[in-house]
Amino acid sequence: MSLSSSDIARIASLARLELAPDESERMLTQINGFFGLVERMSAVSTEGIAPLAHPVATIEDITLRLRDDVASEPNRREANQQNAPAVEAGLFLVPKVIE
Amino acid sequence: MTQDLHQLGVAELAAALAARQVSAVETAQHFLGRIGQHAELGAFVALDEAATLAQARAADALIAAGNAPALAGVPLAHKDIFVTTDFPTTAGSRMLAGYRSPFDATVVRKLGEAGMVTLGKLSCDEFAMGSANANVAVPAVGHSAATPVRNPWDTARVPGGSSGGSAAAVAARLAPAATGTDTGGSIRQPASFCGITGIKPTYGRASRYGMVAFASSLDQAGPMARSARDCALLLSALCGPDPDRDSTSLDKPAEDFSRALDGSLEGLRIGVPKEFLESGSGGVAPGVRAAVDAALAEYEKLGARRVAITLPRTELSIPVYYILAAAEASSNLSRFDGVKFGHRAKDYRDLAEMYARTRAEGFGDEVKRRIMIGTYVLSHGYYDAYYLQAQKVRRMIADDFQQAFAQCDVIAGPVAPTPAWKIGEHGDDPVADYLADIFTLPASLAGLPGMSVPCGFDAGLPVGLQLIGNYFAEAKLLNAAHRFQGATDWHTRVPQGF
Repeated sequence: MSLSSSDIARIASLARLELAPDESERMLTQINGFFGLVERMSAVSTEGIAPLAHPVATIEDITLRLRDDVASEPNRREANQQNAPAVEAGLFLVPKVIE
Repeated sequence: MTQDLHQLGVAELAAALAARQVSAVETAQHFLGRIGQHAELGAFVALDEAATLAQARAADALIAAGNAPALAGVPLAHKDIFVTTDFPTTAGSRMLAGYRSPFDATVVRKLGEAGMVTLGKLSCDEFAMGSANANVAVPAVGHSAATPVRNPWDTARVPGGSSGGSAAAVAARLAPAATGTDTGGSIRQPASFCGITGIKPTYGRASRYGMVAFASSLDQAGPMARSARDCALLLSALCGPDPDRDSTSLDKPAEDFSRALDGSLEGLRIGVPKEFLESGSGGVAPGVRAAVDAALAEYEKLGARRVAITLPRTELSIPVYYILAAAEASSNLSRFDGVKFGHRAKDYRDLAEMYARTRAEGFGDEVKRRIMIGTYVLSHGYYDAYYLQAQKVRRMIADDFQQAFAQCDVIAGPVAPTPAWKIGEHGDDPVADYLADIFTLPASLAGLPGMSVPCGFDAGLPVGLQLIGNYFAEAKLLNAAHRFQGATDWHTRVPQGF
């Protein structure tokens, strides 16, 4: 199975990535090269095998922990906004979304 | 004694500092001087002398007061994937150029609480995606542009990756130790290429809080130093549960990983997977094979017994890893949208274009490739065939290890099929780099602890022996490595000029 340039455009749009035409072309070749490696994995029979997410679940039950639903972080808005590209009055600025 | 301070390891420096033979400030100044002299390696991406010396003065005060923690005043440097309040954090990416975290990563905090002094931040592949530390988008200290890190054993060669700056700095005696992270081999492979010792603990032992996320079900922090003894000290300080900050952190108490260092290896069963020794095209280089065979013979002299085992799905770990890691990366890196932190494009018409352009400008080629692969394998209609299938084969790979551990106590083999390659040798073919990860990926997928221990040279380039333990068997791995280092001197070799 091989991806086409329209697949690349669709995936780039899902990933919110703008790709220049030469970049798309290179990406197509390289990604198809990678999927050449994937064929052997696709051929493995995995009937009855449960997917593994937390690797230590191989040997013991792992339940992802939930903490109590209480505020644990102090308000550090200024420190947290120091790295923002655009803020005003404590708010993150973005281009207009709703007309 | 200050002129030779850089030849001392972590344990020796801690003893000299505690005995007040040298101060933390003198020690930090000595290493900062060496870092300045060897900027050509491109190992460091951020230094701040004032911040380092302030930490050193605080350590000296604790030592003077007589209540200093065990590693007070010992310097180390952090891979630039750990966020730090005292230094900028870039993860090697233009996306985070100039980023300053409002908090410290848990690993950074814990090593700070152990009294360690931060020398600076170390170069790594962008978002830890790479095996050569050539995929860097931010300038190194002393360089005006982004530069690949150079291997101190041969500066025309790569140091390995993604913790290449960490490995190069420790090998060149610019720091006695460094932190690294290992997603698919990023501690073990650079440790191997640079002739140092590094350990990745069991997944979930070290907190991922404040490690810029790449693949959350694989990412794990660990120490890189010059001996198993030093790694044990550092690992003891940086592990431990972090229940409120990392949902995958395991509820296992911190351990003294030095406790079993000197234990006898009499009767230790070392499993050698036949898949790790196959030669031929894409197989193990003869010089690597020879060094690993000699190491196994040394273990037999120490009383260990060699057992033939099989890890039949070793080759499958390459597609499984690169699908899962890419899927998780595409999800994790969706946070870089130009809104809350990081780069934002200058020109755009609307929000969608701001996202797409910001990400186009901020990410490098390899990162984009993995985001694309990850987005595709998670997309509607392909999820079952790729992502879920990879997670199922992941379990089969992890189960293979459990079968192997029924016959042996530790597993040994090469870390990588070849020693360090030349910068640029793999050209524009990302798959060539992926294939070179073949021996580190299986333990990563299974979440097992793994080490690289220097075991010889191939044409002047270091070769690492990989030791893999069962879950939570870090103390046993460090014991096996320490006894080997008691019988050999590979880990004490210094690259010429350093």
